Amino acid sequence: MKIDILKHELVPHHEILSEEEVEKLLKTYNIKKEQLPRIRIDDPVAKAINAKEGDVIKIIRKSPTAGISVAYRVVSKEII
Amino acid sequence: MSKTTANALIKRGLSKKLAEKVAEKYTLAALEKLSDAKIKKEFGKDAEKILKVLGRKVEEKKVKEKKATKKKKEKKPAKPAEKKVKEKKVSKVKEGTIRERIIKILENKKEYLPVAVIDEMAEKIEKNGLEEKLEKIVEKAIEEYNRHLMDPYEACGMVAAQSIGEPGTQMTMRTFHYAGVAEINVTLGLPRLIEIVDARKDPSTPMMTVYLEGAYKINRDKAKEVANKIEITRLINIAEVETDISNMKVVVKPNLKSMERKDIKMDDLMEALKKLSKVEIKKTEDGIEIHPQEGNENYRELRRISEEVKNIKIKGIEGIKRAIIRKEGDEYVIYTEGSNFEKVLELEGVDKTRTTTNDIHAIYEVLGIEAARNAIINEAYSTLQEQGLNVDIRHIMLVADLMTATGVIRPIGRQGVSGEKGSVIARAAFEITVDHLLGAARRGEVDELRGVAENVIVGQPIKLGTGSVELAIDVKKLSKIKKVKE
Repeated sequence: MKIDILKHELVPHHEILSEEEVEKLLKTYNIKKEQLPRIRIDDPVAKAINAKEGDVIKIIRKSPTAGISVAYRVVSKEII
Repeated sequence: MSKTTANALIKRGLSKKLAEKVAEKYTLAALEKLSDAKIKKEFGKDAEKILKVLGRKVEEKKVKEKKATKKKKEKKPAKPAEKKVKEKKVSKVKEGTIRERIIKILENKKEYLPVAVIDEMAEKIEKNGLEEKLEKIVEKAIEEYNRHLMDPYEACGMVAAQSIGEPGTQMTMRTFHYAGVAEINVTLGLPRLIEIVDARKDPSTPMMTVYLEGAYKINRDKAKEVANKIEITRLINIAEVETDISNMKVVVKPNLKSMERKDIKMDDLMEALKKLSKVEIKKTEDGIEIHPQEGNENYRELRRISEEVKNIKIKGIEGIKRAIIRKEGDEYVIYTEGSNFEKVLELEGVDKTRTTTNDIHAIYEVLGIEAARNAIINEAYSTLQEQGLNVDIRHIMLVADLMTATGVIRPIGRQGVSGEKGSVIARAAFEITVDHLLGAARRGEVDELRGVAENVIVGQPIKLGTGSVELAIDVKKLSKIKKVKE
């Protein structure tokens, strides 16, 4: 039986950004994609939402201090 | 008298004299706890000023307080967070009006406040009927919020390290403790904190909290059923095993009572025994006889069979030594000694959304890096809380962010995050000096003197701080400047 990990309370909401959104994001912070934190391509959540290498994933976390906080991770293959 | 308290009060706008007077009696935290009336009694005509700096009037004191380290991270997600708020508020019609207005004001001012603050403001404004002063309140909140943001260049990692480290010195060295009435042994205190930060593969005392769903949650017998499926039962737990040397056989005498308690049938037992190799099994009236294969009937073989029989797994999940049921509120929860996150989640009756483990690597493997980040925060924070140490959660969030930034869990320390120094001098200053210097000389390494340690060694001012920038001159543009001057 396969379980739906996206429903687990430890897993925040993940969504793949479209290309325009990525561009806007990188422009806002004036950074390159490589400067974002990473998520492995074989990460269970990345697999579950069918992310491809180079995709930027927007993560909407529940934060005890801010209520909701948003973070981004870029899908990456290499291990550093 | 606490100098920090006095300074903090002065910073908030109290006169020096009054601040010192207040600080003589109370710390900032104690002051916050006092009721309005008590303050008025204590300080007479100065009370109003004190109340004002405490933020009592404006009803948003929560925004204040806390350390200056606050909200460094929350600043980033400005725009997207607001969007989320809009989506959310549609469902809450009545509250939405004030929230909407707050958000509108923020939009007009091009400012940002975290959702939690907006929520709290909306709630309190509504409760106290302060709607006419809305604009002023929001303005004040923005002002306070921005004042408490971390400055660029602030060494937030250093602050986090010290904020966790100092209370850490007061942690108990006694490591074992019984968690609640369940008598489950868990590592707590400093050893546990080190375990989390070092990202050890297996925690020294793995433990799971298994929540149940549906009927399993309220019915004790059903909960017991799940617990039996989780807890590992070996043959030795439900039967006696005797070795009969004179007749060259191993006799298994099942204990029917304990079999019934664990909900195991005779067939299950036989099924499990069939897995044994090189034996002949006979069922007799009062038990099961196991003979070695013909031609191989010696003492050593008998010993081997006896040991193997005792350890046969009949039921349960590998790795889980004990499962205990406890009633919490109106539901039954199973606590286990030992952990096997993946397998337990697959069981019927287990709540797949809440069940958790203290094995962070297991969470990473099953639920991914973001869940692991949450697990690190939860575990580290509860370890500190349990010891009665109040460390601001933002410091721990920073640590968890750093540990998970590359997509895998990296330990803090020499093998992980802080061990990746590029500088030869920094590495040499830390350990095995000669080897590092020799190796660097042979390879012809260059030290750019970017880090802290190497600059201290050569006697230069250090560079530190998050978001620090280096200035450089664009030579092409330089020529343009000249032209203007001419």
